[in-house]
Amino acid sequence: MRSLLEVNDIGLYCPQADVYIDPWRRAERALITHAHSDHARQGHGLYMAHKHSEGILKHRLGNIRLENVEYGQKIYMNGVEISFHPAGHILGSAQVRLEYKGEVVVVSGDYKITPDGVSAPFEPVKCHTFITESTFGLPIYDWKPDRTEFDALQRWWKHNAEEGICSVVFGYSLGKAQRILRNLDLTQGPVYAHGAIIEIHKAMAHTGIEFPECLPVDKSIPKENFRKALVIAPPAADTENWLRQFVPFKTAVCSGWMALRGTRRRQNAHKGFAISDHADWKGLLYAIESSEAGNILITHGYSDTLARYLREKGMQAEVLNTLYTGDAANENTEADETVH
Amino acid sequence: MKRFTDLLSELDSETSVNAKTASLVRYFGEAGDADALWAIALFSGRRPKRTVSASLLRAWAAEASELPLWLFEECYHVVGDLAETIAAVLPSPLQQEEISLETAMDLLREMAGRSEEERKEKILGIWQNIPSDQRFTFNKLLTGGFRMGVSEKLIVKALARHTGLEENLISHRLMGNWDPYTSRLADLLFSENENDHISRPYPFYLAYALEETEQEPGPLHEWQIEYKWDGIRGQIIRRQGHTFIWTRGEELVNDKYPELMQMAENLPDGTVLDGEIVAFRDGRVLPFQQLQKRIGRKNVSKKMLGDIPVAYIAYDQLEHQHTDIREMSLEQRRQRLEGTVRDIAPLSAHILLSEITEVNRWEDLKVLRENCREIQAEGLMLKWKAGSYKTGRKRGEWWKWKLDPMQADAVMIYAQSGHGRRANLYTDLTFAVWDGDRLVPFAKAYSGLTDAELKTVDAFIKQNTIEKFGPVRSVKAEMVFEIAFEGISYSPRHKSGIAVRFPRIVRIRYDKKASEANTLEDLRKLIS
Repeated sequence: MRSLLEVNDIGLYCPQADVYIDPWRRAERALITHAHSDHARQGHGLYMAHKHSEGILKHRLGNIRLENVEYGQKIYMNGVEISFHPAGHILGSAQVRLEYKGEVVVVSGDYKITPDGVSAPFEPVKCHTFITESTFGLPIYDWKPDRTEFDALQRWWKHNAEEGICSVVFGYSLGKAQRILRNLDLTQGPVYAHGAIIEIHKAMAHTGIEFPECLPVDKSIPKENFRKALVIAPPAADTENWLRQFVPFKTAVCSGWMALRGTRRRQNAHKGFAISDHADWKGLLYAIESSEAGNILITHGYSDTLARYLREKGMQAEVLNTLYTGDAANENTEADETVH
Repeated sequence: MKRFTDLLSELDSETSVNAKTASLVRYFGEAGDADALWAIALFSGRRPKRTVSASLLRAWAAEASELPLWLFEECYHVVGDLAETIAAVLPSPLQQEEISLETAMDLLREMAGRSEEERKEKILGIWQNIPSDQRFTFNKLLTGGFRMGVSEKLIVKALARHTGLEENLISHRLMGNWDPYTSRLADLLFSENENDHISRPYPFYLAYALEETEQEPGPLHEWQIEYKWDGIRGQIIRRQGHTFIWTRGEELVNDKYPELMQMAENLPDGTVLDGEIVAFRDGRVLPFQQLQKRIGRKNVSKKMLGDIPVAYIAYDQLEHQHTDIREMSLEQRRQRLEGTVRDIAPLSAHILLSEITEVNRWEDLKVLRENCREIQAEGLMLKWKAGSYKTGRKRGEWWKWKLDPMQADAVMIYAQSGHGRRANLYTDLTFAVWDGDRLVPFAKAYSGLTDAELKTVDAFIKQNTIEKFGPVRSVKAEMVFEIAFEGISYSPRHKSGIAVRFPRIVRIRYDKKASEANTLEDLRKLIS
């Protein structure tokens, strides 16, 4: 019997259903786990994604053919039962479950375990084969409670504001920015956002989920207005030219990579807050265990390491090579370009 | 350790000198003398000997966190810092006990006499009972190496602000081999009785590179011109019948140079000299690589003394007849120095006076500089005759004018990820040159690239890995780099048969193919 899922040049493929999951080349039909650019690429014939991804997908990819799916809704393709389940990564993110003749495979996409107050929280899905990401698949990645990190971020902002220094915080515009807005006490001072984030919020308006209003950054704004302000921006905005308007300012980066001192210092930011939209080591192990899968396939991240660890624990685990980059492209490298 | 942990985190996140100084001043004010003294000791490299080996710590940390050792090692490789790796993998602490820095240091000292079991129990106990952010600090104390971007200069500045004493005075009083276990901060900083500190050296005056200035320093007759020798900067102190030889790295090296100790016995009491320790035989200075063989040895054998004798080339005098003469002009100090050396030169072949060269025109100076390589000098020194002997690196009165480095184009063939700031980024690179149709490695370098270039190289390495051997990757021989180095000599220990000194990356040669890199033969020709 051929397997339910395989990897070919185009992507992760289900031959029975003739559909791809997050394909990296043009495909006729694509199931999209979430709207980040390494998973939702250009040029597919038909996109199927959770309904909360719609606005972002169209914002990013233009006029695509898109079918909206609800969590738990069953779709049938040539006898394969397909459903989407919350992955807790960003708004609209999903794990994709495929079932055919009693065999169940779940593709995790990107996920995190702890609820973030924005996206639908991760739900474990039982299966025979679990295909999981491993972006932070090392025991050194052990997230502190959100509250701890956001409190630290709040204190940092407050401290800067007291000295009349603008606080610029970098985080991915889809996911991280919304969490920052949800978790901080915004009455402390004015909150500005980079244009990319404002666009994202507009694109998400259809979901009915509202985010606190933030002021758009604009070259015409007098510098005094930024003295007590928090400015939220995507890592790509971390250029000398863009930052000049906030002088004096301090920068912080919100990313799981900030858990390490070395990475923190390489970013040239004053502060790093280890806040991630991915599961940490314990989170990955929790998801794997609660899937009750006998077969674990591990994609992007520390896949070799995690696979070896699981095998030593007596599980059947293998590396599955894909072209997903997880956080690596989105956060780590982009933000790296900074030269202060 | 909470206060100290906060200090480390502040120093870590601040880049400006002012902010760092302010953090230190605040710490000195709040911490109490005992902890403040420890902070000074740790930042200035006066850490006590390790009482637990790194391999034991790894094993214990893996055990405590229920990880297989290979996985712990892999984590260490990504983090690049043992103290941080351990802190990151340990399970949450059971208690939140507060121990002072001093207590922690005492605890480490007690460790020395204990059995392995006892040490393990003690350390695991601490890991379990202190707040998790303080574990990193504690582990740093265990593993040593406080590289926190805090220079001696910064400490001195902060202490000056904290105590109201002058920076020069503090700088002087902090020098030498005081032991943080037995010293008290007040004694160290406020003791007026210099007799307690006969071993104490003066802070070295360091020169700036002439290349870094735009203007010529002025009329040449105002300048004393000497060769810059390739050895170890050293201060020889003769006080109360005792001799102390200090290197610039504040290392006491009495044991390493018995011939200099013997020579110094002839110095009049109350004398301090500044000069260069060089390998010296048959009237010639030997290449630095020769001296290096002696530096590495704990005990110097008779054979080594015969094969690689050293001499002291004296170029300044800082104390004369028990008086600190650093405020005198160089010309006056030179007079004293000439007298001192003249008196003892007949008694020892191991002291020489640094020769002064009279040059009137810049063109002649350039010619002189070109000749340096032949006599094993690194370049020239220009010192302003009217200037006093200053503390630390000061611009304007002492200039070094080094020879242009030698260069070669080489191919990157191996890469290893860096540590600390460069963890998880392939930055330690091995370069090779052609020997026929084979590439032989000849230099390792990790400095010289900008952050952006490092990233490009890192990406290239990750995409062009041929094989992984633990932390090292062999890389497709494609990228060519221009490598500069200060010296080159034959070395039977290296695969290529040559060794270069201070190799560093000048730039990436995108315009060159691997086949256009230099050959081993080209490099051999550079050996004089």
